[in-house]
Amino acid sequence: MSDSIVVGFTVNGRRREVLTKPHHTLLEILREDLGLTGTKHGCELGECGACTVLVDGIPQLSCLLLPHQVEGKEITTVEGLAKSGDELHPLQEAFVEVGAVQCGYCTPGMLLTAKALLDENPAPSRQEIAEALSGNICRCTGYESITRAVELAARRMEV
Amino acid sequence: MLRLKPFKYLRPSTVEEAASLAAELNGEAMMVAGGTDLVPKLKRRQMEPSALIGIGHLEELKSVDHLSDGGVSIGAAVTLSKVVGDGELLQRYPGYVRAASLVSSPPLRNLGTIGGNLLVDTRCNYYDMTYEWRQAVGFCLKKDGDICRVAPSSPRCWAVSSSDTAPVAIALDASVVLVGPEGRREVPVSSLYQDDGIRYTTKQPDEVVAFLHFPPKDGWRSSYVKLRRRGSIDFPIGGAAAALRLQDGLVTEARIVLSGVASHPVIAEEAASCLIGRHLDDDAITEASEKAAKPAKPLDNTDLAYTWRKRMVKHLVSQAITEAAAPGR
Amino acid sequence: MRVVGKPLPKVDVRAKVTGSTLYADDLVLPDMLFCKLLRSPHPYARIKRVDVRGALEVEGVVAAITGDDLPIKYGILPVTQDEHALENEKVRYVGDPVAAVAAYDEETAALACERIVVEYEVLHPVTSIEEALSEPVDEPIHDYGGPANIHKMAALAFGDLESGFAQADHIREDVFFYEGNTHLPMEEHSAIASYVDGKLTLWSSTQTPHYVHRAVSKVMGLPMSAVRIVATPHGGGFGGKTDPFSHEMVVCKLAMVTGKPVKCTLTREEVFYAHRGRHPVLMWVRTGVKRDGKITAMHFKTALDGGAYGSYGVATTFYTGALQTATYDIPAYRFEGARVFTNKAPCGPKRGHGTPQPRFALELHLDKIAEDLGLDPVEVRRRNYVKPNTTTVNWLRITSCGLEEITNRVIQASGYHRRRRVEGHGMGFAVASYLSGAGLPIYWNKLPHSECQLKLDRGGVTAYCGATDIGQGSDTVIATVVAEELGLWPSDIRLVTGDTGLAPVDLGSYSSRVTFMAGNAALDAARKLRDLLVEVAAESMGCSPGEVEVGDGKIGALSFEETAQLAQERYGAISTAGSYRPPDLAGPYKGSGVGPSPAYSYSAAVVDLDADSKTGIVQVNKVWLAHDIGRSINPISVRGQVEGGVYMGLGEALMEEQAYRKALHKQPSMLDYKSLTFVDMPEVETILVETNDPEGPYGAKEVGQGPLLPVVPAVASAIHDALGVWVDQVPITPDKVLKALDAKVKGEAPRFGPKSFPDIPYPQCIKVDPPHVATQAV
Repeated sequence: MSDSIVVGFTVNGRRREVLTKPHHTLLEILREDLGLTGTKHGCELGECGACTVLVDGIPQLSCLLLPHQVEGKEITTVEGLAKSGDELHPLQEAFVEVGAVQCGYCTPGMLLTAKALLDENPAPSRQEIAEALSGNICRCTGYESITRAVELAARRMEV
Repeated sequence: MLRLKPFKYLRPSTVEEAASLAAELNGEAMMVAGGTDLVPKLKRRQMEPSALIGIGHLEELKSVDHLSDGGVSIGAAVTLSKVVGDGELLQRYPGYVRAASLVSSPPLRNLGTIGGNLLVDTRCNYYDMTYEWRQAVGFCLKKDGDICRVAPSSPRCWAVSSSDTAPVAIALDASVVLVGPEGRREVPVSSLYQDDGIRYTTKQPDEVVAFLHFPPKDGWRSSYVKLRRRGSIDFPIGGAAAALRLQDGLVTEARIVLSGVASHPVIAEEAASCLIGRHLDDDAITEASEKAAKPAKPLDNTDLAYTWRKRMVKHLVSQAITEAAAPGR
Repeated sequence: MRVVGKPLPKVDVRAKVTGSTLYADDLVLPDMLFCKLLRSPHPYARIKRVDVRGALEVEGVVAAITGDDLPIKYGILPVTQDEHALENEKVRYVGDPVAAVAAYDEETAALACERIVVEYEVLHPVTSIEEALSEPVDEPIHDYGGPANIHKMAALAFGDLESGFAQADHIREDVFFYEGNTHLPMEEHSAIASYVDGKLTLWSSTQTPHYVHRAVSKVMGLPMSAVRIVATPHGGGFGGKTDPFSHEMVVCKLAMVTGKPVKCTLTREEVFYAHRGRHPVLMWVRTGVKRDGKITAMHFKTALDGGAYGSYGVATTFYTGALQTATYDIPAYRFEGARVFTNKAPCGPKRGHGTPQPRFALELHLDKIAEDLGLDPVEVRRRNYVKPNTTTVNWLRITSCGLEEITNRVIQASGYHRRRRVEGHGMGFAVASYLSGAGLPIYWNKLPHSECQLKLDRGGVTAYCGATDIGQGSDTVIATVVAEELGLWPSDIRLVTGDTGLAPVDLGSYSSRVTFMAGNAALDAARKLRDLLVEVAAESMGCSPGEVEVGDGKIGALSFEETAQLAQERYGAISTAGSYRPPDLAGPYKGSGVGPSPAYSYSAAVVDLDADSKTGIVQVNKVWLAHDIGRSINPISVRGQVEGGVYMGLGEALMEEQAYRKALHKQPSMLDYKSLTFVDMPEVETILVETNDPEGPYGAKEVGQGPLLPVVPAVASAIHDALGVWVDQVPITPDKVLKALDAKVKGEAPRFGPKSFPDIPYPQCIKVDPPHVATQAV
């Protein structure tokens, strides 16, 4: 076994230091060391998007990230999206309202990727939404309702 | 959950130190920048290095510099997304930016680097599998085995060059700066590759691809067309890059390079030279496309029927030439 | 209706958007162990020896078990109990589990698996339907079935085939092939077991906790009362989590052996081996028609590649012949089906279970007949549509049927008859039907298929029902039904579902049965509770129960809470129970258990696409899908199911395939198994038609599976419309389109697809009188 290392980064605004191994991915650290199981896994090979988190605001796949790559970074997971227990992020509200969630397993990755999109492009076209979310596979919805949800959230966030 | 096997992670503070570390570890270590190609392969145990040398954090490799001669130097650790979002690069080298924009999927482009894409491991669907799957098939020449599964009578490995950006970089006559323990050297991207699925790069294991260096635009137009099953995520199963210079509607210089059809990017010289001095009418494009398609010999080791992929090459080339000739390229 | 039919959010959705829903792999129990399975690298081999001593020497390993520790066989169907949790005699596909390790972490368990020594004697694998039909090189894969590697055959004839074909003006024969594909749920299967005080609890991402309960009890040798199965919130099923699985048995055993909780989560590759997906089916169909397209007789033959184990295969075999008659009035119908064993991952039920394959064949076959006769393919179908309130030749009872209306709506909305007729552009039309729940249970008995108990306590209502929400929204359906009856909001209802220890039985989330059956059970229980509350309120108000209105949180003049308190004061503890069992629907013949349903949904699709004659590449522009839902309990969820069904149908039509090289899965990864990405998905226009089924809860029927069915043939039909070639095989990849075009250029039949159907030693047909003849005889 390789030697243990300590990595420090911020998760959902909270500074964390984790004793881990160089070969444990951010996905494992989040789910198993920090108990943040909202981040899902569907392939562990960078092929499905279920484990997407934001690293300094940019969507990346936690199953591919090694601890040293996230040293000092700001990580946002789905647990960090809502403002409070009552107040969801507009994207979360929109996903709830239009039924963009079926089994819900791709949802955390979709939400975070969509958040990064709207942060950069507050009024994306359908095509831009599709392109931005094209690394996230959903087997339930056919993506239609997800598009509607992102559009709805964008309209509300612009106001 | 599929997990990595243990390794050490080394974090050099300069490119030179990275090269020295690689030399010291004598083939036991691998370089990693984004890791989007490497990490899945490590999980599938296609490579089993005892150490990784991280270079993604090196600031010197993370900038896009405009050179005094009008060329551009891009650090190897610049992400593909950064290239895609660079308006200046798009204006000068539209084919290259287009290729970068078609690599895999958005989250992978956010992590994957331009250096990583140039050196992306050759692919084969007998090889890009887990250890257990490869064990079931009896392993292959490229890892743990002694025959090529796609061409069992062949003494060599036929894994496929799967870089989207390498063909355009070659078509635009770009070069790379390699930093080794002995110093730096600059070589054309075209000489970075060789026709072998295992030893597909001429780079030495202790050399770091540090910079990608494009010459000034100087009238060169460029394009890249990618063939894949889906509109995202998939590797190329065929691709064509075209770079052209036109004068008064006549082609003065041309380069055509294919991806996904061999173990290295294939330069279609005959096809390119047949365009010289001609208008880009249907006849010229058809002739060049057919000439370019001739040397392409896809095998049954990537997605979809290889006979179909072979037939697609001329269409890819034809589209690439047409796009390169379009206004604004 | 106050809440039924309203676009309300699902009751479990806020947890899903905040990441707080706990799926199976998210569960952590104190002192939990992690399990990995060692799987066979050989498609077919005898196991000579398994030695786990090396694994036990690895630091951190607590236990290692083999097939000797789990000798009892199981399987989903009572007639095919042919699986061992860990095989101890033979392995039958690459990925068949042979040993398991429990360790303090998953990494150690995986490492220890590599230290297990297994000696195999390799046997000659069977890899195709053709091979399975011929004399095996080595022994047959199983010690039942036969001849050769045939697992099951079915042969049924309804009505007078001979005279039917004799009356025909035109007879046509076609052969089709539908490649296998898999569910690819985003969530990899996961299960955790704990064994405390002689009681075993298994949390699992299963669609069928009830059947897992039966299997676990059998394999562990524990009484049903000592076993509890909890279906965890589900990251996608589509039929892929309806069998009892090896990893579920193994974690139970390991929990019992070690005294600690044990979890096993499959990798993506293992999910491909667990499979139970769409059977590859070769099909032959011969139909006689009158000049106007009216069908006089049909003969349908199928051959299914079942893979290594029985799974649901006997049922699947019958399903490939059962529902042709649910859309078309076929006066004389003969069906012969055979399922074979091969050394590949076992096939089972996937969305549409055994019916997308024959639906693909049937719809294209009718298109071709229409072309032969120079008739409009839509008109030919209309002339054959079944009518509401009839019984089909194979004894299916049709009640509500919106075929005419869904056809009219989808044809009008898409402008099918006004379409641009240019080379490379095409539109295709198809219809289909699906069950609202299997009319018969897997274990034949007269017990209810679904039960619901309501507890009224401290002013609130809790609904207990075994139904399992797999993302389709069944919890929301139950909550909506109860809320509707009690004048509450769905979000007011507390739910305990999918838990065999706490909730009464529901057979599971398969065959699109949950809204219909659990919905009816909940309705039954809720109406009893409502009557009780109304009576108490009426007494308090001094009026008759008929004068008490229920709604907006009130029972008459009282609040719901006040009424609840009065009721408890009067009766003490209050609960009501409801149940649902379908009417007796099986026809008077062996094999009639597959096909009957208390109601059938109907779906019609039009697909608009561009197909490039140079490359064979197909670009779907838009899909219109009209669905006879009976009644929408929750229109948001219904629309979601339609869109999801279209998505999966397009995937099967264009790219999804469980492909093999010899006996080895060619592409067990999310990268190589192609599922449409966001940018590949066209616009979908959903049209819901409500026919108000007389037996469905509030008139509701299924939507989970039906909408997938017509999409696949409609794509093939549209490609024909665009390029004039038939691709009689899915997935329709561009190389197949080009090969069909090549054939056309060479003057051959303009098609790509199988050329012939093998000789299969089907048994003598069971001759069955159709209902009208049988009735006359009586």
